[in-house]
Order: sequence, then C-alpha cells, then structure tokens
Amino acid sequence: MNKQTRVVVAMSGGVDSSVAAALLVEQGYEVIGVMLRLWSESGLEAHNQCCTPDAMALARRVAAKLDIPFYAIDAKKVFRKEVVEYFIDGYTNGVTPNPCLVCNSRIRWGFLFDKAVSLGAQYIATGHYARLDHNKNTYICLLRAIDRSKDQSYVLHMLNQQQLGHTILPLGGITKSRVRQIARDFDLPVAERNESQDLCFLGNGSYREFLFRNAPYLHKPGLIIKDDGTHLGVHQGQAFYTIGQRKGLGISAPLPLYVLEKDILANVVIVGQKEELGKIELIAESVNWISGEHPKTPFHAQIKIRYKSSAVRGFVTPHDVTRFHIEFEKPLRDITPGQAAVLYDDDRCLGGGIIK
Amino acid sequence: MLNQKVYLDFAATTPVDDRVMKAMLPYFREQFGNPSSIHSFGQQAEAAVEDARDTVAEGLNSRASEIVFTACGSESDNLAIRGAAIAARELRGANHILISPVEHHAISHTAEQLKHHYGFNLEYIPVDKFGMVNPNDVAMRIQPGTAVVSVIYANNEVGTINSISEIGKICRQRNIPFHSDAVQVTACLAMDMEALHVDMLSIGAHKFYGPKGVGALYLRDRTPFLPSQTGGGQESGLRAGTHNVPFIVGLAAAFKIAQEEREKRITHLLPLRNYLIEETLEMISDARLTGHPIERLPNHASFVFKDVDGNNLLMLLDVEGFACSSGSACRTGDPQPSNVLTAMGISSEWALGSLRITLGTQTTFKDLESFLRVLPKAVERCRDQTAR
Repeated sequence: MNKQTRVVVAMSGGVDSSVAAALLVEQGYEVIGVMLRLWSESGLEAHNQCCTPDAMALARRVAAKLDIPFYAIDAKKVFRKEVVEYFIDGYTNGVTPNPCLVCNSRIRWGFLFDKAVSLGAQYIATGHYARLDHNKNTYICLLRAIDRSKDQSYVLHMLNQQQLGHTILPLGGITKSRVRQIARDFDLPVAERNESQDLCFLGNGSYREFLFRNAPYLHKPGLIIKDDGTHLGVHQGQAFYTIGQRKGLGISAPLPLYVLEKDILANVVIVGQKEELGKIELIAESVNWISGEHPKTPFHAQIKIRYKSSAVRGFVTPHDVTRFHIEFEKPLRDITPGQAAVLYDDDRCLGGGIIK
Repeated sequence: MLNQKVYLDFAATTPVDDRVMKAMLPYFREQFGNPSSIHSFGQQAEAAVEDARDTVAEGLNSRASEIVFTACGSESDNLAIRGAAIAARELRGANHILISPVEHHAISHTAEQLKHHYGFNLEYIPVDKFGMVNPNDVAMRIQPGTAVVSVIYANNEVGTINSISEIGKICRQRNIPFHSDAVQVTACLAMDMEALHVDMLSIGAHKFYGPKGVGALYLRDRTPFLPSQTGGGQESGLRAGTHNVPFIVGLAAAFKIAQEEREKRITHLLPLRNYLIEETLEMISDARLTGHPIERLPNHASFVFKDVDGNNLLMLLDVEGFACSSGSACRTGDPQPSNVLTAMGISSEWALGSLRITLGTQTTFKDLESFLRVLPKAVERCRDQTAR
C-alpha cells in the first residue's frame, strides 16, 4: 500500500536516522536518503558534529545496504544565514539561543522539506524520538516518545500542522535499545557515536571560542556588578556569560556568586547569590501552538524550559497570538532567555515559545 | 524502485562486454599461474600476458616492448609524468613541465606534486573557450629545459578532442617527451602511436567495456624513464608487481573489440549524440553546449545551464531513473565550479549548473527520448529552487 508513497529521510550516518530509514523501507515506503551538508567554519569541516565526510560515507553505505538512493545536498549557505546568524544575533542581544530549534524549523522542515517536495516525496522522516498522532483529534498531535529518556518533542514544538502532516517519525514508539537491536538485525554499518550535546557547527570547540572568531565585536569588556550596584570585577563581553553561570567569573567573594541578569545597553553582567537566582515567572514569545489555534483561556500545564530539564508545573496565560506568560508553582533557577519554554499536557506537546 | 533505469554515464565507466568477460574467466582458476614462475603454469600465464601485449601493441601501431601494464589509467598517468620528468632532470637537467589546464587530476595533481615537493617549474598551456589547446601555444612555451609535455587526448568533462598529432610533432622536433592521457577516447577513437607522435599514452580498460583495475601505458622505446614501483622486475623493470593476468587479458580483449568495432560504434553514437545536443539546446533556454561542437567525442554531450545547481539536477534526474554526471558534482554536497570549465572562461553562475551525458553501445533513441521528456522539467525545477 505504501509503494506509491515516497519519503525523504534525513540521514546522518548515525544509528537513529539509519534505523528510521530501515524501518520505512521495511514498511514498504519508497525511501530516498538525503544528507544536508551544513555550514562549518572554513578549515574546521572535519570537526563538524553531524556532517563530516566520514559521517557522509557511512550514511551512503547504510543507504546502499538498504538499496535506496542517497544524495548529499549543499545547505551551507542557507544554514549560515538562517541558523548561524540567529545564533550570533542571539548572543549579541544578550540571550542564550537554541539554534537547533531554528535548524529544525527552517532547515529540516524548511529547506529540506522543499527539496523533498521537488523530489516528488509526500513525507519527510527523521530519527527524532517523538510521536505523531493523526487519529484522535481533528488536528495532528505531537506526543512525547515512548522512550521518555530520549524524548525530543522539545525541539519539534515549532512545527505547524502543515509540516506535521507531511512528517513521519519512525522511532517515537520504540526505545533506544530496540533501535540499536534493529540496527544489528539489519546489519547496518552505523557508528555507535557518542551523542553530542554540542552544536554541530562548533566542532570540538566551545561557543565562546566560536564567537571570538566569528563575532569579534562581542569581545567587549564591561563591569560585573551586584544588583545593588557594587562593582565586583570585569567581564570579557556579556555574550560569554549565561544566566546561572558560576564558574569563570574571575571574582572572589565569600559566597559563590551566579550570573543573575545581563544588561546589554549598560554592558554589565549582574551577579548575586544562589537564592536570588530563582524566578517564578516568564514570558515567552514567537509562540507556536501545535493545534494551530491559540487558546483563549489560562490553563495548567507541565513546562520544560530547557531541552534536558524535566517538566515542572505552571499556570499558562496566553497574552496574544505570539506571546504567553507562565507562573510556576515554585521558583526555577534556570530560566534562560533565548531557550524555549515548551508546554505539555501529560504526553501531548501543546506548543511553546522562546523565553524573553 | 522507480521506472526502468537508464545509464547515461559511460564516461564514468562501462559494463564489461560479454566477450571480454568470457576471455578473462579461465585465468582466475584454470590458468591461474604467476607469469614469473618457471614451471608450465607460469608459462601459460606468461603466454597470456604476452599475447595481450601483442594485441595492444598492434592496435596502437607500436611494438610489444612499448606496452606497460598498470592497474588503472591514473597509474599510467602518474607513472608517465613522474617517470619522464625525473629521468629528464637526471639526464639533462630539465626542470620544466608543461601541461594543459584541462588535464585529469591524475596528471594535474601529479604535476603539482612534482612542483611542490620536487622543485619542478610547472607551466599551464592556455585553452580556448572550447577547452582546446592550440599547438602554437605549445610551440611558444616549450623550451630545451622542458622535461615533459602532457596534453589530454579528449577531455572527460567537455569531450573536446585535442590536436595530439600536431602537438606531438612540435615536441618530437624539439626532442621533448610528450604524453597524452587517452583514457576517455579508447572506446571510440583510433590510436596510432606513429601518427600521433606521442612518446607516452595512457589507457584504462573500464572506459572501453573492460574490467576496472587495469590500465596500460604506451612508452616509446628509448624514452628516458624512471620507474615508480620497483620490485620483481616485471614489465621489463618498468612496473613491478605480479601480473594481474585475467585483467590484462580482459584489457586486451576489450581493446581489440574497440578497434574492430570502432566504425560501428561511431555510426551508432554520432546520430544519438547530435540528436541529444540539438534537442537539449532547442528545448531549454539559457543552455549552452560546453566543449567543441565538432571536435568532440562521438558519445559525449555536455552542457551548462544558467542558474542551476548541478548537484540538484543530477539528483532530480536520478530519482527519475537517469544516471548522468556533472563537472561540479560532488558526492559530499560541496559543489565547486570545475577547474576545466573555469579554465574555459565560463562564469560560476553557469559553471555550477553543468551536466554531462555520455552514451554507450547500449544506448538507444528511446532512452534519449524519455530522457529529453524529463530534462527540461528538471532544469526548470532547479531554477525555481535557485530563485527562491
């Protein structure tokens, strides 16, 4: 029945996307493997976390094993423009951006989506751990993965109904250990690579080194102050400090000090003690509602404020189409502007927005 | 999975001819001897290799002693340039290498290595807008201190055939060794070493319906030469290593067929090629033929399309079941305008949209008709995406 249904799978040479492709082949889809060549700093291409020549060779071998065509597509220019600039702009504006979100919405479900359409595909598929439910409601639901420890619905919360309607996530219903077993069953030559939490284009270096090289104007020393205005030291540029950061401030104080806030206009980094760090509310903007409809009334939800943090309870008040407010039950230490606040009703991802 | 697939990339490689396959088979198991052995097994194998050498020598209008078997066309190129350059330097202090900018990388990268690691002066001969070398440009640049000259017989990307015979004459008059890479032409063109005035010439079997992994170098007797691979003294000490007997037999069989069926092949290919070129230029706007319109390989059509991503085009064609190639194509998604097209003065907005279609003995009019139904739409779709 799936013979006529053509699917483009975003392949990385890793175990997840390889198994996603294998499962689709097994289910009878007509599968085309595609790997995007993303942008790397000149000279550091071999250190890119996701699209090195080695990874590409591996993906090509997996495709050959599965007897599907495989193409590498140049996405360097669009990635530089949409993702790397977003990343640098975020730090310039004093927030801690999450470029993976933009990569998903603009590159995978944007650039690649268009390529898939031009290849005559009805769907794109990825190795993300999350589920889609097409049946229960009038709209397509995004659900957390069966393997909760691997759930990646957080980084998919910006997808709209049109995108979700043309998406297959083959791994959402199985565990990572099952995925590894399937890779062995298919005898796929995938690397058991360490899953990197780093951004692909940072290579082996830190984001600070990257910014030093690619946005040297961010190296703009200023004062580190307490919230009462006391001068404590000098920072190297606000971009190199993150809310909640303790290490590397270069100031000595009787009690450990944490970055509480950054004032971009005054170019100061404001520090304080641990107890001052918590915040009980946030405002999120650039909001996406999975259902496509923005709720009219406030409601309780579970909220994840970072990809790896666990969900906590809070009360959500939609302000307008693009913004909502959250009041948490208890203060949270890690509310970081630039990261996403993603809302859940149990397993169901409702949507989310970028913390202001 | 998709429709019937059509292979239109015969310049990349060709399938092994049935007759070639049949000629090779006994030498894997029945007559498996090492030609260097004294015993009867060795003698049989040696006879097969020497028969093959005679066949190739005869086809090239040369002597058996002038044929060196190698593992591929690239090896032949490497061996020729390095061997002639270093020997010329030792013999007469020659330090100048002259090559065209449209050489295969097997020549250009070897010459660049000789420049950067061995101190040779490397000079490139200009080419015209068709990628063709003007023999006068060779005459103007050749010096007494030139160690070796190399000009490709026909370029793989754009199919332009060079005036090898005239360039050869110029080199011969000045007594400078002249090499030509003939890897792309063996399937269709005659190769008479006397008429071409070459001292060295490279071929690779898999481009003319022979197996991959075997090539040959024609090396004119008394050309000063230093071997690269030393060892057991095979190939008159010019290329050490146990002979790959079945593949050498395969190369000779394929070479013989190519010579015998040359007219038939050309008669089959030329109308197909001309049809393809005319229709493509007719149907697609902002399309140009690359390479020479007349002096080109009979199985070779190459184009550039303005504002098209060549990689994208290849992908769309492959999905539709047509296997082609492109000068800028890269398996790793990192397209660069090709050196050859750049040397011909083609700007990058055109050069990135290159497409090469090369035909083979099995190609039919029907194949090209169905291809031409798909190509204009694919180009258009690429342009839509580029515009976005």
